[in-house]
Parts: sequence; structure tokens; C-alpha cells
Amino acid sequence: MEKRVVFRSAWLPYALLAPQIAVTIVFFFWPAAQAVWFSFQLQDAFGLRTEFVGLENFKALFADPHYLASFRTTAVFSALVAFWGIAISLLFATMADRVLRGALAYKTLLIWPYAVAPAVAGVLWAFLFAPSIGIVTYVLKRWGIDWNWIIQGDQAMLLIVVASVWKQISYNFLFFLAGLQSIPKSLIEAAAIDGAGPMRRFWTVVFPLLSPTTFFLLVVNIVYAFFDTFGVIDATTQGGPAQATQILVYKVYYDGVKAADLGGSSAQSVILMAIVIALTAVQFRFVEKRVQYS
Amino acid sequence: MNAKTLAATFAAAMLCASQAQAQTEIQWWHSMGGALGDRVSDLAGKFNASQQDYKVITTYKGQYPVSMTAAIAAFRAGNAPHILQVFEVGTATMMAAKGAIVPVAKVMTDAREPFDPKAYLPTVAGYYTDLKGNMLSFPFNSSTALFYINKGAFKKAGLEPKAPQTWKQFVATAEKLKAAGQQCVYTTSWPSWVHIENFSAWHNVPIGTKQNGMGGFDTQFTVNSPLHVRHVAMLGDLAKKGLFTYAGRTNQGDAKFSSGECAMFTGSASAQGGIKKAGKVDWSVHFLPYYDDVKGAPQNSIIGGASLWVMAGRKPLEYKGVAKFLAFLSRPEIQMDWHTGTGYVPITMAAYEMTRKTGYYDKEPGAETTIKQLTHKAPTANSKGLRFGNFVQGREVIEEEMEAVFAGSKDAKTAMNDAVKRGNDILRKFEAANK
Repeated sequence: MEKRVVFRSAWLPYALLAPQIAVTIVFFFWPAAQAVWFSFQLQDAFGLRTEFVGLENFKALFADPHYLASFRTTAVFSALVAFWGIAISLLFATMADRVLRGALAYKTLLIWPYAVAPAVAGVLWAFLFAPSIGIVTYVLKRWGIDWNWIIQGDQAMLLIVVASVWKQISYNFLFFLAGLQSIPKSLIEAAAIDGAGPMRRFWTVVFPLLSPTTFFLLVVNIVYAFFDTFGVIDATTQGGPAQATQILVYKVYYDGVKAADLGGSSAQSVILMAIVIALTAVQFRFVEKRVQYS
Repeated sequence: MNAKTLAATFAAAMLCASQAQAQTEIQWWHSMGGALGDRVSDLAGKFNASQQDYKVITTYKGQYPVSMTAAIAAFRAGNAPHILQVFEVGTATMMAAKGAIVPVAKVMTDAREPFDPKAYLPTVAGYYTDLKGNMLSFPFNSSTALFYINKGAFKKAGLEPKAPQTWKQFVATAEKLKAAGQQCVYTTSWPSWVHIENFSAWHNVPIGTKQNGMGGFDTQFTVNSPLHVRHVAMLGDLAKKGLFTYAGRTNQGDAKFSSGECAMFTGSASAQGGIKKAGKVDWSVHFLPYYDDVKGAPQNSIIGGASLWVMAGRKPLEYKGVAKFLAFLSRPEIQMDWHTGTGYVPITMAAYEMTRKTGYYDKEPGAETTIKQLTHKAPTANSKGLRFGNFVQGREVIEEEMEAVFAGSKDAKTAMNDAVKRGNDILRKFEAANK
């Protein structure tokens, strides 16, 4: 049965929607439209001279090998963050789901990092891994590993992946836990009676039933890696060394805010906008199809 | 309360208000945090106490790039401060913004304040002066790049605690320190500022065409010259041998030296305060090393730091106050106080002489090293300073390419060629935006 409320007044529904629409227009559509407009312009920092340059900003971006390299960096980073974020939290969720005593304490502890701001998480990990004073660095040095992410690009990437994954595990964990708890126990018991071991039960029964959750998380995690990891990067590597950790969103910020290159920065955000629209479209199509809401 | 007292109170309140209004307020946005911020408030306080007409109000707006962005946003909203402190790499951007700023020379002449550009230290004022000799912004906090040694580490390695003067001696010393078991031999802060910008001036070679960009926006970088490539290659080689520990693009190297971790260090003259405060090392400060086979080297080094820009769009009366305040800042006693209190160089010759007469440099030889290196020789077109558009980005490009060399992923020649190519793209974009 579908429930339906019918408004008799002609204007009331619009009036009720107005605040939300106003917020969306002022804080989303208006800035987005401005970004599109700026992306076709060449402007000095103070906005004293503005020139319409058509697609020049975009042409310059795609002619810049470093911008293209930034795509690769973003892809590698996002793939690593999404994969490890999902894999580790899935492991934790399956473990926490089995715990009988003190389950609440485990769950609370696992959810905790979600309350930490990305910038704080970044600083925390940066301290642990600081090239000369970090505790982890000290241990690594004893093992004979030369740890200095200030100059080693791979290590810098590792650092921001670790910090970003750590930050995201809680979120993924919550979804997986909810997903696991909605799997009927009878299915798992039936498989057990048929003689399937724990691993087999997980891969043939539990994992397929979790697939909508997993896919949803995959999309959310990729979007997270694309945009929300900005704080982690700004607090640690700031895109360096030698652009090894410069993901697209960080470059937008750097060029626009620090280097006062509004045209170039806007062009980049328009490209990013296109990417996120594509990702969201994929997400909605899939979620609508596969996830059962009832 | 009866009507009479009420009226009297009201009148008194009005009087106070009109008195407050008679004082013209001057907003000064700065980026000096911590103890330096207190010094800035002191300066304003002293000026406010010295006269009744104007009141300077200081506001800390965050680090250099942040306060500059804030001021740009404020200008776009028609609400810019009167005075804005801008770091040296922002000079070209500010200068090009003709409708947004008023040259300091104009502010001073319009207000008929006594102003003699020749009274200022040439290497300091030159950085902020156009080719016609007009001072564009007011030099405020200036330092330069210096070379520090940890005398304790030298002695421990069985070396005489004497700083190497040339890069050749430097390498020999570095190898000896390493052989004696020194873990971190050498580190640096501000890699581009020290090893490209100051290095170029010190060796009297250009960083870019058109007098390092001072002669016009159609300038190009020349940091891929044989000497630049040679120097960056040497640093890369030191890094490979474990003789150079890279610390990062800003002042991260300072802590590595003040903690006693590294035996040699190049960084800002303003690092001295931190080293003294940490009190962990027996150190001394010297001129930057140079290549003795380069003709004319050493020349003089260039400054780093920030200057005060006067923003446009305010009332003439307010500019009178700004001029008065800048004249106040130029006074020898105020400059001497600032110089000895902060470690930044004095901006006028008179203040330098005055400080010398007090015997300050006998106690603090490091403070004079800065001035001596800056004024080592009369500045040339290559050593006056630099003015590249969007140099925040340009410097970043140079640093990225240097990092690639230090990490061993690029050779010095390719890296510096790439730095020039990428840097020139940025310059062309700036030129196009500021036609």
C-alpha cells in the first residue's frame, strides 16, 4: 500500500519546500554556476581585470602533464583508500558481529574515529610518522627502514592512505554491521548444517548478501577519497613531495586559494563537478536497483 | 534619575563619542603570530600614544597566504584594510593590482611627509621599488638566508669549529662529519629561497630575464643555467650520499638544527631566535657558502620577509594617517627596537648606525652577519631582488622539481629545464591576466 498525502492548497507545498530550495540555490547552484562562469575567464587576483577566454583554461589544464598526473594520483589514492577502507572494516564488522560479550564496547571503540575531524586525523598520523620525531619513524629506523615521507613520494602516499582509511573505517563498519545483522540467521545455519566451514559460509552466503552494501560503500568511499580527504592532505603532505600526493581536489584549493588563479581553479572544479555527477548517477542507479528499503 | 542628570549623562556620552570619532582609525592586517604579534601591537600602541589624530588597529589575519587571500576577498567586497602585510613572493601580484594599491612613495608625497628613499638599506628597499625609483611598498620585516654550523658536532667529529666558506670546502667538511658518525650532516629550510633565489644573487647570476622580472611581466626564468644545474646536481648528490637530509619546503629545517640533529643548516636569519630559545646547541652563523670559481662571487644576498602595502579606496584623510604611521615606523629608535627585539634587519642606514653605536653587535655578532651579507657589495640587476608574477606557484614548481632531484627520480638538468618550462607557463598566464 502506498501512502499518499494530498495538499489541497496550491501554494503550501511550495512554501514548505522554499527554505530547502533556497539553501540549495544559495549554497550549491549559485557557487556552482559561478565556478562555471569563472572557468571561462582570465582574471587577476583582485578582480580588477576580467577577460573572457572561452575554453583556454581547460586547454591549458589538459596540456599540463602535471594536471594529468594528478588524475593518476587521484585514481591510485582513491582505489587504495576505497579498497583498504572496505576490506578492513568488513573484517572488523564480521568479527564484531560474532562477539557475544562486551560487543557494545568494541562497536563504540570502532565507531569512535568517525568523530575525529580529518585535519586532526592528519596531524595525528603526521606526528606518529614525523621524519625525525615520530614514534613510528623511530621503530622503522631500528628495523633499518629509511622513513622520510618529506622526500619519498611513495611513503607520503602511504601516510595519507593510512590516515584516510583509518578515518573512514568507522563509517564503513557501521554499514557492514547493519548489513550483517539483517542477514537471516537461518541461511547461515542451513549452510552450516550442509557442512560449509566459516570461510565458505562467508564467501558463498554472507558476502553476496552484503553486495549492495559493499557497492554502496564503494561509491561513497571513492567520493570520500576524492573530496573529504582534503583535510588529511592539507595537514600532512600538502600535495608534496614533488606532487606525489596532489589529488585533484587539493590542486583546486591550492590554485584557487593560495595561488589566486581563479580561472584555472574554477576550470578544475568544473571538471571535478562532472566527475562527481557521473559518480552520483552511477550510485543512484545502482542503489535504486539493488538495495531493498523495506 | 531626574531629567537634568539624564541630559548631562547624555551630553557626556555624546562628547565621548565625538572624541572617539575625531580619531581616524587605520586598519592594519598582519601575519605576525606569537611574540612577533606582541611586537606589532607594541608598535601600534607607541604610535597611538605619540599623537591624538589617528589610531592604528592591528589584526592578526593568519599566515601570509591566508591574510593575503583575506585581503583580496575584502577588497572585492569593498572593505580592504588600509595597510596589509604581504610576503615577498606576493610582491608582483600586489604591484600589478594597480587599482587596488597605492604606492608608498605616492602616499608619502601626497601627505607631504618627509620621505627620502635613499635613507633605506638598498638591498631591502630595492626589492620593493620600481625601476623608476618609486617605493611601492614599505619594507617591514626583512631577513636573509644564512649558513649555520653546530660547533659541538664539529668538535665531536674532530674538526675545527670553523664554517666552510665555499661549496667545495662544504662537501669536504660534510664527508668528514659523516665519516665521524654524524647522522644528519646538513639540512635546509626554504629550498628555493636559499638554493635558487639567494644562491643566484650571491653568485650574481639572473633568476629570470628582465632584471629578475623587475623590468616587466614578459620575463622568463633562467634557473636552468649551467651554474644552477651544477648546484642542484651537487645537492642531489649530497642527498644520495646521505650528507643532505631534506626537511621540507618551509622552515621545517629550523627544528632539525635547533634540536641538535643536524650539524650544518641553511635557513632564514630569523631562525636565530628559535635556536637561542631551544638552547641545545653551541652554534655560530655565517655567510652562505659560494663557488669560488664563479667570477664576482660572493655578491650580496637578497631579502625574504614581508612589506606593508597601502590599499586603495580610502579617504584622503586616512591616507595622511597612514603616511604618518609609516614615517613613524622609519624612525631610527623605532627601527632599532624592532631590529634588536625581533632579529629582522633595520630598514634604514640611520637605524643600523645607531644600533652599532650601542655595541649591540659585539654581543650579538649574528645580527650583523645578516646586514653584512645583504650589503656585501652594491646590488646588481641580478641581486636587487626579484619580481615574478604568481611566484607563490612559481616557487612551488621550482621546489617540486628540486624535490624530484633530491629523491633521485630526476637528474638536475631535466628538473631545472622542467622548472623553467612550467614556471614560464605560469608567468605567461600572469602576463595575460595583467595586460
